[in-house]
Amino acid sequence: MALSRTLRQAVPVLLLGGLLAAAIWTTRGARLEPADFVFNNGTELQTLDPATVTGQPEGRALRMLLEGLTVSHPRTLEALPGMAESWEVSDDQLVYTFKIRDDAHWTNGDGTRGDRFTAEDFVYSFRRLLDPRTAAQYAYMLWYVKGAKAFTTTVADDGGPALSFDTVGITALDPTTLRIELESPTPFFLSITSFYALFPVSRAGIERAQRLFPDTWEYEWLRPENYCTNGPYRVSFRRVNDRIRFEKNPLYWDADAVAMETVDMLALEQYTTGLNMYLTGECHWIDVPPANVIQRLMPREDFNPRPYLGSYFYRVNCTKPPLDDRRVRRALALSLPRVPIVETITKAGQVPAYGLVPPGIDGYGGARMRRNATFEEDLAEAKELIVEAGYGPGGKELPPIEIHYNTSEAHRDIAEVISDAWAANLGIRTKLRNQEWKVYLDTQARLGYDVSRSAWIGDYADPNTFIDIFLTGGENNKTGWSNADYDRLVAEANRTADPARRFELLSEAEAILMEELPVLPLYYYVTQSTYSPRLGGYHPNVKDEHYPKFWYWMNDEELAEKRAGYPDEGFELVDATGPPKGLYPPRDPRSRTDSSDTNDGPPNGSATTGSDD
Amino acid sequence: MLRFLLRRLLWLAITLFTVMTVTFFLMHQVPGGPFSNERALDPAIEANIQKKYHLDWPLWRQYLQYTGPFNLDDERALLPPPDGEGSGGLWRSELEGDRPAKAFGGVLAGDFGPSFKYKDYSVNDIIAQSLPISALLGVLSMMFALSLGVSAGIASALRPGSKLDLSLRLAATGGIALPNFVIAGFMVILFVFLIPLLPVAGWGTIRHMLLPGFCLGLVFAAYIARLTRTGMLEALSSDHIRTAHAKGLSSSTVVMRHALKGGLLPVVSYLGPATAGILTGSLVIESIFFISGTGQHFIRAAINRDYTLAMGVTILFTVLVYVLNTVVDIAYTLLDPRISLEDE
Repeated sequence: MALSRTLRQAVPVLLLGGLLAAAIWTTRGARLEPADFVFNNGTELQTLDPATVTGQPEGRALRMLLEGLTVSHPRTLEALPGMAESWEVSDDQLVYTFKIRDDAHWTNGDGTRGDRFTAEDFVYSFRRLLDPRTAAQYAYMLWYVKGAKAFTTTVADDGGPALSFDTVGITALDPTTLRIELESPTPFFLSITSFYALFPVSRAGIERAQRLFPDTWEYEWLRPENYCTNGPYRVSFRRVNDRIRFEKNPLYWDADAVAMETVDMLALEQYTTGLNMYLTGECHWIDVPPANVIQRLMPREDFNPRPYLGSYFYRVNCTKPPLDDRRVRRALALSLPRVPIVETITKAGQVPAYGLVPPGIDGYGGARMRRNATFEEDLAEAKELIVEAGYGPGGKELPPIEIHYNTSEAHRDIAEVISDAWAANLGIRTKLRNQEWKVYLDTQARLGYDVSRSAWIGDYADPNTFIDIFLTGGENNKTGWSNADYDRLVAEANRTADPARRFELLSEAEAILMEELPVLPLYYYVTQSTYSPRLGGYHPNVKDEHYPKFWYWMNDEELAEKRAGYPDEGFELVDATGPPKGLYPPRDPRSRTDSSDTNDGPPNGSATTGSDD
Repeated sequence: MLRFLLRRLLWLAITLFTVMTVTFFLMHQVPGGPFSNERALDPAIEANIQKKYHLDWPLWRQYLQYTGPFNLDDERALLPPPDGEGSGGLWRSELEGDRPAKAFGGVLAGDFGPSFKYKDYSVNDIIAQSLPISALLGVLSMMFALSLGVSAGIASALRPGSKLDLSLRLAATGGIALPNFVIAGFMVILFVFLIPLLPVAGWGTIRHMLLPGFCLGLVFAAYIARLTRTGMLEALSSDHIRTAHAKGLSSSTVVMRHALKGGLLPVVSYLGPATAGILTGSLVIESIFFISGTGQHFIRAAINRDYTLAMGVTILFTVLVYVLNTVVDIAYTLLDPRISLEDE
């Protein structure tokens, strides 16, 4: 080898040093100015395209950037004016006429003022959502509109819609008037208009990207520098699997009410790391703390579980003996150890469930499964039912039942408790089968299970979002169960304009479900958001849906006032972390008065732990 | 040397082709797809999505589209229009409007495609953003591992059987036995909560990098310490060291200049596997310390059935491990004149 000795010795040093220098160079600028507010969103976003997203985390990001026809009230979730200043509903509840505000503009990706916002923007966006080429998973949220379903599902040879958009009941009468005609009266339609799939996108932004990047525009228009917004914030930058930095949008129509100048949204998946960052003040709000610390969080003022529009249940394969027998299903449902599960496994105050639809929807009574006075009597009835069905002592032997769940410690723990309970109380042999998430979904859809863990989070605050899952042949039914009376009741309910009557009909449908039990209800969810006590304008609500435009930092007086409202005992005060740059008042006192009267008060554990067993 | 490199290059191509093909077809055999979701879709919507992402094509055609170099998406890009007019040549024809059809695509054209899960990014974007971070973390932990491991190994070898040797060996065994997330947990409790010195997670400043770099490197430091010790013991007992001592050289010169070179050989051969270990093992450390590196994508893309991202990261790691192993082989000849690349 001709290499000189010094050179030889220098090679490894040079290599390592070069690598280090290159790596440091490419990660330069990774150092950030801290944001006014940092929260953990739990995962990296699928996309910022409102038409093709499907999850809560994406919803949080989109509510910062875009605004739909309406905005939900942060506490009660009733519709407040958003891009629509006001609206009128025809007497037959079929025609909605929205008055679009005339003082709103789009903001281009670089922060400059874009076109004026008009009713045409909604027509374009809704058309795009329904267009089969967009392949929007949530297109069905607009299928309540006349002609919309046919528009999406009738596909021409080139993949586009075969029908003209004129057949769909969405029209812009003039730049400030949007008329939407529905297929049938849909009482929850207004609450859908604040749903993120129905947020508008900028036609100019998309078309500009199509011109500039003919091959890659499908994701180029979503880059921060090209993404047009009409909401309280705009994207400053994004780092995949790290964060999105939001910057206040000064061109937003209600910008004066927006307090936080910069907001960071983290894509942190590890609950423990999230909690660590929260405890060290690097993050001010986490959506879920790790399950094993929940008991220690319970007394703290910053942990505030509230009823959440989610239901945890087991699906039963109603096509497979012995589970096709209603008596067997009822026996299984009666002998579920719900109270031990919520008290020893989930521990955050989840409520044992005896129905499908969670509480918290105003005016909806719902139906619960029939029970006896005590759990012991329930067990006795369950044993009798098994015998009645021809199994157990004196009858056939019950075939083993397999409990199917997706791989996760929490689900496994619950499945184990249930398996033990069924074995001990009913003498059923059980097996546990866990599968990786996507395989689990596949098995569930093919009915390749006996009993399968499931859950459902409501899309909108209406019982229909739970009830319509189990319609005959529904894509999400996944139990093989079908009941003509149930289908008829749901169809009738959703044609009924009178809200009280409609809820009665839906309750009747739920009663059928709880009599037939194709699903075994287990518990209702609670929200587990943990946030700095200093955060104002934030209200736990049944959808765990929050609008950042209402958030601000309380100063010490406000914080003391909030704390003075706590009950005398049981509240552990914690360090009220604030923004790293120190407190500063929100721009406009309006946002502060708005929220001080709705001070969410003390965390109230007792409201959510009520169990009647 | 040149022949050696050419041969390696050929083998790299064969390896890559095999890895790519096997991964592609295996991945598509697993139940569930990138768009399966707890909320099952209306069949019409599902068909629209399948069509948009070409999941309705037969698998061989998806594979050809993925590998490229020709874009099968638009048939007019491949074949001239049937009427023979509207020119554009064989590879490039005109669409309506003035937009040319995209003729090339796929891996062979350097395009790993759009990510199925993170729809705002192409796989190239994701790798470009995350690889430098992973590289920095990897280099840092390698430096930790080498400096800790080699010095502990030398110290052990100089006084075999002493208390120092025993405790270092014990520590090394502990380092190998303890998984890095346990070590990370201890380190976080110690240096973040008990003695608030370092940030708990994140990336950006040198202070953010210390804990993850250390935790990731520790296991490798333990291995390196043991290898160095063995190598040094062997080197120290060889004839040329005795000669060096007899010549009256100071013991530090003997150790640093003469013994270390031979003693480090086992360590150098370990560097290839160690780099692979750091690349794939960074997954855990990355998620504990919230670092947006490439390691996480390796597992998550597979879980999400993000076909393109999983393929992209697999191909990237194959190339990296292969190239680094080649570098190690070359480094070996620099350290040990007895070994020549041509003999291979």
